[in-house]
Amino acid sequence: MEIKGSAMAGTLESSDASIVVAPNADKGIVIDLISSVEKQFGEDIRRTVKQVLKELDVEDAIVKIQDRGALDCVIRARLQTAVLRAANGKSFDWEGQRHV
Amino acid sequence: MLTNGIGRELPEYIEGIGQLKAYEEPFSIQPESRKFGPRLSRVTPQDKKLLASIEEAIVKCGLKDGMTISFHHHFREGDYIVNMVVDAIARLGIKAITLAPSSLNSIHAPIIEHIKNGTITKIETSGLRGPLADAISNGIMTYPVMIRSHGGRARAIEAGDLKIDVAFLGVPACDSYGNANGHSGKSFCGSLGYAKVDAQYADRVVLITDNIVPYPNVPASISQTDVDFIVKVEAIGDPRGIVSGATRYTKNPRELLIAKYASEVIKESGYLVDGFSMQCGTGGASLAVARSIKETMLEKGIKASFALGGITGQFVELLEEGLVDKLYDTQSFDLTAAKSIGSNPRHVEIDAGFYANPHNKGCAVNLLDIVILSALEIDTDFNVNVITGSDGVLRGASGGHCDTAAGSKLSIIVAPLIRGRIPTILDRVNAVITPGETIDVVVTDRGIAVNPRRKDLIERLSKTKLPIYTIEELKEKAEKITGKPQSVAYDDKIVAIVEYRDGTVIDVIRRVL
Repeated sequence: MEIKGSAMAGTLESSDASIVVAPNADKGIVIDLISSVEKQFGEDIRRTVKQVLKELDVEDAIVKIQDRGALDCVIRARLQTAVLRAANGKSFDWEGQRHV
Repeated sequence: MLTNGIGRELPEYIEGIGQLKAYEEPFSIQPESRKFGPRLSRVTPQDKKLLASIEEAIVKCGLKDGMTISFHHHFREGDYIVNMVVDAIARLGIKAITLAPSSLNSIHAPIIEHIKNGTITKIETSGLRGPLADAISNGIMTYPVMIRSHGGRARAIEAGDLKIDVAFLGVPACDSYGNANGHSGKSFCGSLGYAKVDAQYADRVVLITDNIVPYPNVPASISQTDVDFIVKVEAIGDPRGIVSGATRYTKNPRELLIAKYASEVIKESGYLVDGFSMQCGTGGASLAVARSIKETMLEKGIKASFALGGITGQFVELLEEGLVDKLYDTQSFDLTAAKSIGSNPRHVEIDAGFYANPHNKGCAVNLLDIVILSALEIDTDFNVNVITGSDGVLRGASGGHCDTAAGSKLSIIVAPLIRGRIPTILDRVNAVITPGETIDVVVTDRGIAVNPRRKDLIERLSKTKLPIYTIEELKEKAEKITGKPQSVAYDDKIVAIVEYRDGTVIDVIRRVL
């Protein structure tokens, strides 16, 4: 998917994450993570973000995450939504996500 | 390096602290010395104890560089005394003081400046919170902070391990000769259980009050025979921070579920019989357990002989309804408890030594049947952390955790299996306050684990419908949801030493990277 604009999903509630996805003019993936569980799960979160972007065929994007201890499944859902919105997508291929 | 009885590695010697003695088992230390005694005084009929200022009291007590001062934490987040006195000591240019209060809170953040300017060089406390705790975790102190439990502190003072040169004790009501109590005046806090130990063992005792009452102020928690000087100030604390209003019962469904399981465990344990005794923490789940136990007591016609510890309004209610015969109170947690101790003769003030000193002739925790405790982290050996967060940063208190766990017949930890994304049960906790061999049952919202040492309890509880698992199974359940957390990285600098109640070292806490 091509990121056409900037879009957001999620909240700053505890156990949630607020994720902003925006185009990256310099190409590639940039992850900007602020997490309350950085010490314990920072690497896990970055790995999940890269994986989800790959699954959605996103090659160029700036992803800004403010994480308040969201579970892995929450981060996936919020990121998928933000990407869909940023790509002006109208529908999401949920079935295609079964392999995660 | 030493390896102690729970497999924690400690250095043999720490600069500024001395040789460390490794923890072995809960009751392995046999004390050999005599009780410590404070310096004698001479007060003549002409002498007046009331002084004009804290500075004057500091000078008259002869406070010098390198001495140790103490405080109590009965004013909690409303305390003005520690900051007020340390400011005055700094103004007088006295340096290298050891600060040894019964605990410290977020309100004590200004101490950071006094560490930087050399006024305070050592700290001994039960707890640390807020900016001061963060600064210490980041290595602001040259020497590590000594963390002691409430019973352990009383032991250290009575044994002379912690020698207090001057105790500065805030008191809500005091006469001009030093008879003081905590249950009247605008800054009332209830029990003065921690202050009583300091008053009896410090070389010099200064009472600071905002409420001088006519002589004699009896019954008194602190006696005139222990008090050197008295200073009247405008305010000793902020009443809003000293006592909280009525503690409300939780509506959080997860806490209610934990409470339901814990109450079932208690009912099936065999310890809920007429004349039993118990202690509960102030957490939502813990208080909900107390409510559920009350229902069972009414149903079965059972009464408790005493309730112990930090006392809340819930226990005052049980006392007034005749379901609990006596309350032993070292610390009154809310408005109701703080008022009750002054008016109900069956609500008894006890000092921290009576409460939990393992080296006197029998402390109250030894007679405790059931205790409900909380935990930030629990490991698969049942060791409990209540002093650091999951990020390794200091933000809690040792309190009476290890004391009551060691003394009681049934110690129950209540905790959610996961908090946000953080699992509560781990292979290794960041810091150990309470050794696993004194923990009997861990109750979470997703299941219960019984310490394999308690075969009797496993047998009793496995006959019930309760969701019993091994502690390893509970850990796996948590990790299935959260993922496996990475261990927090530390460097070599030790920022705190955790002393067990018997004076041995159960763990050291290092600086987080």
